[in-house]
Amino acid sequence: MELTGAEIVVRCLAEEGVEYVFGYPGGAVLNIYDEIFKQDKFKHVLVRHEQGAVHAADGYARATGRVGVALVTSGPGVTNAVTGIATAYMDSIPLVVITGQVPTAAIGLDAFQEVDTVGITRPCVKHNFLVKDVNELAVTIKKAFHIAATGRPGPVVVDIPKDVTHHTAEFAYPASVTMRSYNPVLKGHSGQIKKALQMILGAHRPLLYTGGGVVLGDAAEPLRELARLLNFPVTSTLMGLGGYPGTDRQFLGMPGMHGTYEANLSMQHCDVLLAIGARFDDRVIGDPAHFAREQRKIIHIDVDPSSISKRVKVDVPIVGDVKAVLEEMLRQIKAGRERPDQEALTAWWTQIELWRAKDCLRYNRQSPIIKPQYVVEKLWEVTGGEAYVTSDVGQHQMWAAQYYRFNEPRRWINSGGLGTMGVGLPYAMGVQLAHPDAQVACITGEGSIQMNIQELSTCKEFNLPLKIILLNNRYLGMVRQWQEFFYKERYAESYMGSLPDFVKLAEAYGHVGMTIERPEDVERSLREAFAMKDRLVFMNFITDQEENVFPMVPGGKGITEMILAEEL
Amino acid sequence: MRHIISVLMENEAGALSRVAGLFSARGYNIESLTVAPTEDATLSRMTIVTTGSEEVIEQIVKQLNKLIDVVKVLDLSDGHHIERELMLVKVRAGGKDREEMKRMADIFRGRIIDVTDKTYTIELTGTGSKLDAFLEAIDAAVILETVRTGASGIGRGERVLKI
Repeated sequence: MELTGAEIVVRCLAEEGVEYVFGYPGGAVLNIYDEIFKQDKFKHVLVRHEQGAVHAADGYARATGRVGVALVTSGPGVTNAVTGIATAYMDSIPLVVITGQVPTAAIGLDAFQEVDTVGITRPCVKHNFLVKDVNELAVTIKKAFHIAATGRPGPVVVDIPKDVTHHTAEFAYPASVTMRSYNPVLKGHSGQIKKALQMILGAHRPLLYTGGGVVLGDAAEPLRELARLLNFPVTSTLMGLGGYPGTDRQFLGMPGMHGTYEANLSMQHCDVLLAIGARFDDRVIGDPAHFAREQRKIIHIDVDPSSISKRVKVDVPIVGDVKAVLEEMLRQIKAGRERPDQEALTAWWTQIELWRAKDCLRYNRQSPIIKPQYVVEKLWEVTGGEAYVTSDVGQHQMWAAQYYRFNEPRRWINSGGLGTMGVGLPYAMGVQLAHPDAQVACITGEGSIQMNIQELSTCKEFNLPLKIILLNNRYLGMVRQWQEFFYKERYAESYMGSLPDFVKLAEAYGHVGMTIERPEDVERSLREAFAMKDRLVFMNFITDQEENVFPMVPGGKGITEMILAEEL
Repeated sequence: MRHIISVLMENEAGALSRVAGLFSARGYNIESLTVAPTEDATLSRMTIVTTGSEEVIEQIVKQLNKLIDVVKVLDLSDGHHIERELMLVKVRAGGKDREEMKRMADIFRGRIIDVTDKTYTIELTGTGSKLDAFLEAIDAAVILETVRTGASGIGRGERVLKI
């Protein structure tokens, strides 16, 4: 039987087992929305801005490992979605974004609500398609899901002109799809794995440096087993947090610009660095020349060959799925007798403990003003360390990463690569829909939250009982911190003089609002908020205005050149 | 170092812009870029001449491979290869210069493919440096117009880029 393009889109999404489509209707997608109206296979979540739709789909994908789906109209629908797409691209999140387009005959004629979607999104997608023939529609959507989810994941845009949505074609959804031009390598090269194991087992000062690839590749289990089997220290990047338990003795915290003292010194002074799904980002290794001063062997496991030897020269590259490679390594280590030199390892741990004794994350717990770190620590306690935590971008994001010790993967949801302010609330929506019974907290700042605050309305419509933890210091805190350190305290445009009354704002959207001004009220208020299981609670914590994130590696410096709290 | 890279890719709309976009977004040099369908109409073959350190070239090859439409990438400079470029030059060729211009074209194994009483259009094939040499050998003042295709390359002997 012939179906219209719009029917085909809806059927394809159902075939893919899509639970939620996050979207916003408009002229070019009206036919698709009409079919959505008639079906009950998946739910549509009407956001209040297309950026929110893509972020929410992205949050859903991060929390579940499944492909997130967003649907927007042509023109401004697309341009509004671009920030969301670029955010997902930088963090390798699998998304399929379906965009409406003007009718094929109108393309290129500056039609109403026309943009060159394929052109605009090209640099920030894993791939994109313009479907001009309804006969190609189903197979293209199949390819989009396949490309988004396999290899190094990423967003895929499928642009569909309006006429294609009412043309008809025979519908058959392919069970699988093969592409001669796209075959990601999954199994690591056995010779390289052997070489890597020799290095690992011969190491005196080893370090496991793990990134978002561990979370995306569902490799937390073999990582834990490997680390414990060998008694190696572990550091996880911002994107990798939760891949290894944050409360474990072998965990050194995050490396990099706001990494811990012990993690950064271990990165610098290890003799064998095993990088697992991490990409030596500039925020992680600081100045590459400084990083290269110390001799160390580097092994790098990554599903994306182009991530290897991009910023740092690697000795043993292993291209493959991190989970498959780690499992193979484990198998070989267990099959053999060789183990690392225990004496050397003990000496290395002694050194690490000395670094750790610096207690670089300590802060004034007796402060009469609420310290932002204290709020995060209390949040950890109140939620038993088991919440899904989303964040926006800035100081609060770093405090969340430092003080909420994630023990499980996919619990920490933030924009690491692009650093997009405004993701926190829509991320939390996607996470809460994916896990309706879970505790979901959005740690945010008064700058970031206002970038997508309109989504409070969506939260009301879908009864999402999020807990918004606003660390309100009346400054764009990270900007203020840089201005304090590097611009002689000239606080150019980083103070927000006129903020809304967040309690009233929350109430206006139909939620519960609270303002917390004293440290002694923090824990009680958090408990009160989390006890309201069916309500969104917007918690406005009035925090210390001048608190800074420490340690800090100034831009362009080496990772051991940290500013510590006591040095100021 | 100068490298000549061959790319076999799906002959799809927009494939060229993906490659061009990649080079501009990542700040890689393009000296020349040529593209046309192959004997298999579903595939295009592109030849890119670029310069960069070994690390940059390694990244270029990896990034090209990462493009979904790209089927195969070969750095021809890794082995023996042949490269050719086509140039069309329109020159002023009147009076006493006419005979001289014909002779120069012959020396460079060029062919005169269009003639008026005042001009010749010469077709010349060779490596880029041969084409440069021809342009230097003739009087710059007589050159009315040039158009070059950019280099195309192919491996020597048994070396084949095919799927």
